Amino acid sequence: MGFFNTVYKIITTYWKQLLIGVGNTMLIALVSTIVGLLIGILVGIYRTLPPARNGFVRVLQKIGDVLLAIYIEVFRSTPMMVQSMVIYWGYAFMSGGKTLPLLPAALFIVSINTGAYISEIVRGGIISIDKGQFEGAQAIGMTHWQTMTKVVVPQVLRNILPAVGNEFVINIKDTSVLNVIGVVELFYQATVISKFTWATFETYAVVCVLYFVMTFTITLILRRIEKAMEGKAHFDLVEAPSKEAM
Amino acid sequence: MYKVFQITNLKKDFGANQVLKGINLTVNAGEVISVIGSSGSGKSTFLRCLNLLEKPTDGKIVFGDVVQSSAETIVVSNCNVLDAAFDVTKYRSKVGMVFQSFNLFNNMNVLKNCMVGQCKVLGRSKEEAKANAIKYLQLVGMDKYVNARPRHLSGGQKQRVAIARALAMDPQVLLFDEPTSALDPEMVGEVLDVMTTLAKSGRTMIVVTHEMGFARDVSTRVVFMDQGVIAEEGDPQQIFTNPQQERTKQFLSRVL
Repeated sequence: MGFFNTVYKIITTYWKQLLIGVGNTMLIALVSTIVGLLIGILVGIYRTLPPARNGFVRVLQKIGDVLLAIYIEVFRSTPMMVQSMVIYWGYAFMSGGKTLPLLPAALFIVSINTGAYISEIVRGGIISIDKGQFEGAQAIGMTHWQTMTKVVVPQVLRNILPAVGNEFVINIKDTSVLNVIGVVELFYQATVISKFTWATFETYAVVCVLYFVMTFTITLILRRIEKAMEGKAHFDLVEAPSKEAM
Repeated sequence: MYKVFQITNLKKDFGANQVLKGINLTVNAGEVISVIGSSGSGKSTFLRCLNLLEKPTDGKIVFGDVVQSSAETIVVSNCNVLDAAFDVTKYRSKVGMVFQSFNLFNNMNVLKNCMVGQCKVLGRSKEEAKANAIKYLQLVGMDKYVNARPRHLSGGQKQRVAIARALAMDPQVLLFDEPTSALDPEMVGEVLDVMTTLAKSGRTMIVVTHEMGFARDVSTRVVFMDQGVIAEEGDPQQIFTNPQQERTKQFLSRVL
């Protein structure tokens, strides 16, 4: 019964540290996924812009395209653990020893990393939307921005939600790599606690369960959101629409 | 009576494939023009060139933009649609388009479909847009369905909503791209009825269609296209009873 005793002790003694770890992990994962999604949508809208008629603008547009492609490829092709070291210590190197505050640094790193992945997810989502939706919007005089924000992106969001949920779950787990720069997330707390207790297995077993509870809760919540976004399966006829509609 | 379109020598290539080989057509306000012809004759491409969903390769489209209109006078400013500085989005809001595959916005209900363009493109208030949308939904007999999503509707219902959406922008001219071709036979009638009502009310319409009954009985002029050119045009009676060109005769003998 030594195992359960130790686990009990870890929880009762270090619950505060564990809670801080859970809180920071969730905060970083949630904010980064949302910011990453925004980045992804903006990049998706930009990359589907029709070529400008003005030649100079068209060149600028092309340069922007290339820069975005570089951003996506660089961040998808290097480990986030390495990125966090390079960004954190790179800043310290350039600023002559000053370091970034940890939590903002963590949010920044995970956000742009997630943005690179979600950009590709959004691009796939936009491609999958029927061309008729774009034409229907263009034909009533909508601009590209209006077409995307009013018609296309809402449909894309619904279609990519499972993939974005995936990113969210991955982020919850991948924040653990941020311990290399000392961000106080759950994994970091685990390393600290295990050094105090010398009960390495028991500590990580507790943390393991905590990670699972976090990701599984998020999965359930996302399922709910997906259902809600599907909308009603039926509708009601309106007898005097001028009064009741909307 | 002003000229809505003066189209001269309109050409469209897709790579090496020349789809339009020089179209000349003038469309007067109030005309209902049916464009007929076999598949691949370029009629849909021609229509799509008119609101620049396809970019013409060459030629000229002059649009008679009504800048001011009252009971006595209409002030028209003629502008070249293919001019580089031409405001395409504003122009498109004046040229209504009805598609073969409806293209209703799947993420909005029927009412929102008919309001979003008015609010976002024309800058109308919600109340004004809603009143206008309901007016035209009543006209097409879909006002009871304001809360429905496109996926709840049949093809014929979708197309009637699509017509209301185009009308709600108060366009100067309506373009129909084979509006009944994707419909079950029993739903074709309800859409043609709406189009006939519009034609009778004096709207300017250009209709690409395979419905010869509509072309003959409702339109004021029939244009027969073949291999990227207008092979023959004239009033419906003449085209259908006494076609001059051999290819028109052949086409009509196949479809009638």
